[in-house]
Amino acid sequence: MIRPDIFTETAAALKNIYDNQLPQLRQLKDWQSKYRILMTLGKTLPAFDNDGHRDEFLVQGCESKAWLLHYQDPVTTQHFWAFDSDARIVKGLIILLLVQLNGLTSEELAKATPELLLTELQLQQNISPSRSNGLLAVLNKIKAVI
Amino acid sequence: MDFDFSALRQQFPFFTAHPDWIYLDNAATLHKPQAVFDAMDQFYSHQNSNVHRSAHGLSQQATAAFEAARTTVAQFLNARFPHEIIWTSGTTAGFNQLVFGLMGPVLQSGDRVLISTMEHHANIVPWHIHALPFGVELDVVPLTAEYRFDLAAFAELLKRRPKVVSISHVSNALGHIQPIADIVRLAKAAGAIVILDGAQGIVWEKMDAQALDLDFYLFSGHKLYGPTGSGVLYGKTEYLELLRPLLGGGEMIKTVSFSGSSWNDLPYRLEAGTPNMAGAIGLAAAIVWLQQQDIAAMQQHKKALVQRFYQGCRQIQGLELLSGPTTNAGIVALNLKNEHPADLATLLDQQKIAVRAGTHCAMPLFQALNSKGSVRFSFACYNSFDEIDRTLTALATAVELLTE
Ligand SMILES: Cc1ncc(COP(=O)(O)O)c(C=O)c1O
Repeated sequence: MIRPDIFTETAAALKNIYDNQLPQLRQLKDWQSKYRILMTLGKTLPAFDNDGHRDEFLVQGCESKAWLLHYQDPVTTQHFWAFDSDARIVKGLIILLLVQLNGLTSEELAKATPELLLTELQLQQNISPSRSNGLLAVLNKIKAVI
Repeated sequence: MDFDFSALRQQFPFFTAHPDWIYLDNAATLHKPQAVFDAMDQFYSHQNSNVHRSAHGLSQQATAAFEAARTTVAQFLNARFPHEIIWTSGTTAGFNQLVFGLMGPVLQSGDRVLISTMEHHANIVPWHIHALPFGVELDVVPLTAEYRFDLAAFAELLKRRPKVVSISHVSNALGHIQPIADIVRLAKAAGAIVILDGAQGIVWEKMDAQALDLDFYLFSGHKLYGPTGSGVLYGKTEYLELLRPLLGGGEMIKTVSFSGSSWNDLPYRLEAGTPNMAGAIGLAAAIVWLQQQDIAAMQQHKKALVQRFYQGCRQIQGLELLSGPTTNAGIVALNLKNEHPADLATLLDQQKIAVRAGTHCAMPLFQALNSKGSVRFSFACYNSFDEIDRTLTALATAVELLTE
C-alpha cells in the first residue's frame, strides 16, 4: 500500500520549491550554481518506502530508475504526483515539471507545456526522446492519465 | 606526437562544424573522413543504378563498383574469397542472420553455445530469439577479479563441448581486449565453431582472417569511419554455405515457384533485397582511407590518450575505474563513488564533453558487477592530448559539484 500522506507531503514540498528555489533558479546565470540547486531539490521531497519503489511504478525508457506515483482526487478531479529517481539531476528536472503540474485537472494538464521552463532556465535545450534522461518518458506517463 | 595529428584531424568535417565539443563517444559511433563522403557522393551522383539486375551499362558500372568494394573488404581482412564477405546493415543485423542461419544445420536442441559476461546485447539477444526457444543452451564465461576474460574458466567450460563459441574481440563497455588468439585456439581444439564480435575490435587492430583461422567475424561500418547502415559478416566459405538465409527475396534466389525456391550462391544467398550500395562503397572508402594512415601510430596514439586520461583520473578523489589501463582498446569506464553515472554524464554534457552513461547495451555485465552502469569515455585517433586535459578539468568540476 502506498501511504496516502505521501501526496500531501509531496505537494507541500513542491509548493515550497515553487516559492523559494524556482525564483532563485530564474535569477542565477552560471550553470554550476543552477545545477547545485537542481541537485538538492530531490532531498526536500518525502522519501519513498519500499512500496513506492515497486516495479509497477517504474517509468520505462529511462537510463536511470524513475518511479512515478499518481492520485486523483475524486471530488476536485485534481491530479497529484509523487516521484523518486536514483539519479539526482533527473529527479531535479522532473521536480521542476511537477511544481507546475501538481494539482492540475485533466483539462489543465492537457494544455500544460511544463518543459518550456527547462528551456527558459537553460537547463535543457530540448526534451529529446533519448533514453538518457527519460524526461519525455515521465512527461508522457503523466499525460497518459488524462 | 609521433604522427601528423592536425593533418589527420582536418580530414574530419565534423570537427570543423563543432569546434566547441569534445567528442569522447567514439565507441558508439565514429566520425567519418571526407574521403567517405566523397565516395558516396560520387556513387549517387555518377553511378547510381540497381546492382546485378538491370540490362543496361549503368547498372554494370554500379555492380562493378559494388563488387570492388567487397574485394576491398576481403583484402583488408585477408579473406580467401570476396564471397566470404556478406554485406549487412551492421553487427546486430549480422548476428541475427548468423544465429538464425546456424539453427538446424549446426545447432540443434540440446547443443550448447558459449558466450562471455562482457557481451553486447547483439551477441546475446539473437540467441534468445533464434536459438533458446529451440532447446539450445547458453553458457557464460565469467570475469576475473580485474574484469578480464577468464581464460581458465573458459577452458573449463569448453569441456561441456559447446558447438559454437561467440565472444567479443573488444568489450564495448570496458575497452578490454580479449585474448582472441587463445580463445580461437582453445575453442577449435574443443571442436567449436568460433564467432568473434569485431564491432569494437576492427578499428583497434588489423585482422588477418586466415592467420587467425577465423570462422566468423562481424563488424559495423559506422564504427570503422564508415557510414551507418553498412556492415560485414565475414565467414569461412564452408560455414557460410551452411547458413539458412534469414531474409528472402531479391538477388538471393536461383528459382522460385509457388511451392518452393532454391537459393543463389554465396554471397548473394545471404543478401536479400536491394543492398545498401552506397553504404558498401562508403565502407570500402573508409577502409582504403584507413590503410593510407599509419595504423600502428594511430594505435600508439590511442594508447597514449588512455594512459594520460587514466593518470589524470587517479588524481581525482572518489573516482572508481572499471577499465584497466593496459590491454585496452581506448575505452575508460568509471563511476563516482555513490553517485549515479547519469548525473556525472549530464554535468560533463553541460561542459560540452560528449560521453555515454548507462549500461552500454551490456546489462548482464553490470548485473555481474552489481552496478547501475558507468560513464564511458571512448577515444579515437582524432582526439588530442589537449582534449584529454580539458576533459580531466571538466571531470574534476563535475566531481566537485556532486561531492560538495
Ligand atoms: C561489441 C559490440 N557488438 C555489437 C554492437 C552492435 O553494433 P550495431 O549497433 O552497429 O549493430 C556494438 C555497438 O555498440 C558493440 O559495441
